Amino acid sequence: MALYSEKVMDHFRNPRNVGVIEDADGIGEVGNAKCGDIMKIYLKIDNDIIEDVKFETFGCGSAIASSSMATEMIKGKPVSEALGLTNKAVTEALDGLPAHKLHCSVLAEEAIKAAMKDYYDKKGIEYDEELFAGVGACHMCESGHE
Amino acid sequence: MEIYADNAATTAVSPAVVEAMLPYFTDVYGNPSSLHTSGQKAKEALEDARARIAAQLNCLPNEITFTSGGTEADNQAILTIAHKGAKTGKKHIISTAFEHHAVLHTLEKLKKEGFEIELLDVHSTGVIDPQQVADAIREDTCLVTIMYVNNEIGTIQPIAEIGRICNEKKVIFHTDAVQAVGHVPVDVRRDNIDMLSISAHKFHGPKGIGVLYARRGILLENVIEGGAQERGKRPGTENLPAIMGMAKALEDANALLNDDIYAAQPELIAKRDRLIAGLEKIPHGELNGDRTRRVGGTVNFCFEAIEGESLLLLLDDKGIRASSGSACTSGSLDPSHVLLAIGRPHEVAHGSLRLSFDNSITNEEIDYMIKAVADTVDYLRNMSPVWRDLQQGKRSFVFPE
Repeated sequence: MALYSEKVMDHFRNPRNVGVIEDADGIGEVGNAKCGDIMKIYLKIDNDIIEDVKFETFGCGSAIASSSMATEMIKGKPVSEALGLTNKAVTEALDGLPAHKLHCSVLAEEAIKAAMKDYYDKKGIEYDEELFAGVGACHMCESGHE
Repeated sequence: MEIYADNAATTAVSPAVVEAMLPYFTDVYGNPSSLHTSGQKAKEALEDARARIAAQLNCLPNEITFTSGGTEADNQAILTIAHKGAKTGKKHIISTAFEHHAVLHTLEKLKKEGFEIELLDVHSTGVIDPQQVADAIREDTCLVTIMYVNNEIGTIQPIAEIGRICNEKKVIFHTDAVQAVGHVPVDVRRDNIDMLSISAHKFHGPKGIGVLYARRGILLENVIEGGAQERGKRPGTENLPAIMGMAKALEDANALLNDDIYAAQPELIAKRDRLIAGLEKIPHGELNGDRTRRVGGTVNFCFEAIEGESLLLLLDDKGIRASSGSACTSGSLDPSHVLLAIGRPHEVAHGSLRLSFDNSITNEEIDYMIKAVADTVDYLRNMSPVWRDLQQGKRSFVFPE
């Protein structure tokens, strides 16, 4: 069996929504170069709808595929759906990830949450802190670095 | 184009080696321990292979023990000398920080048994200075174990000098020569080596077979128990087809080498240097390990702001079978201990690429690899937030131009 599913390889080879949104309404970056994964998500939000989303990723095949899939899953959707996106949903949409790569899908979920938090902060919109608890912490190495 | 550039992981068994093995599956298939004609024919072949391998290493046939490969040979060599040393209170072992895990994990086990393990610095060159060994040896040192050629970056250690120091100080010297034998001219007498590990599949021989050379007078400790094969020190029916294949592969590999360790294969070295020169044109990357004190077939680079697994997968799509020391490819959380040992920071160690090949590679293939790597690094950098930060000065380059 190959390391990755066909879906993962498709999103890795032909990643959707790669790039930068210069006038983004929210930007989220999670991960750490030391651990070998950084994901950055740019959101353009209008009327509570994710009008546009772009990503940049430094990471392995599954990190790039997870970013691509996650952006596709929230594009054109209401912000409530973006906030509700789970790593499990990303993993399932990719037809699964190897156990030691599951953290890549966690990063994708968190990068979107971090971008949403940035959007709320910039707009002065109040939100429940609980919604973003733990976002951006490194779940992979537990070394406690930022 | 399909280019297999992962020879340091394993090599193809050469057709001549397959040919040499075949009779021992279906014709001479007796058990060398059997007294009948069939068994004795197998025994003769076994001893013939032993003598031929001994001749290649410049040792005696009875100094050769066949093992399942390099890992087993490393384990047996180290455990033998450590436990012998412990009997006289010598529990200090010297090695390096960038050994293969077959050595490092055996040393870790010994550490738990109360041994003191001293790992020497390998510097940014990936080459140790023999003086470090001289300085590290103490009254209670029982073993020095230092690899001949590093498996990831291909650097060659000054083995003969290290061996001479160990001999003078009467400390047993073992070398993991898995990446050296068949690639550089190894001579255990000239190199003052007491014990040495070999694996056949690194030089176009079969997998699952190796050698532990132990100088006469060193009594091996068993790693497994069983029958009387290999003087009782490595029991189990001998894998004769593989042993015959290994003997042939070693003779064929050594026939291609001249006597100069640092210029053993001039043609291959010219191709290696062509590859290095081409990859050095990629900005913000660097060759890992010394430029000249390296084997002909191994090139290892770090490229900033990209991750090795992505690079490998995309190169694979372009027909290039390569290897990386990134955490994602090692299956652990940390990138290669070898790259960390030569001082690469984590973030660039993740972006490493090893290309390893033999002289069958063509200049056309070398040029194809250079272009494929350059294009892929460029493509991945264009989607990397780390690259953007570097470009915008928000992060500083590890490899400034």
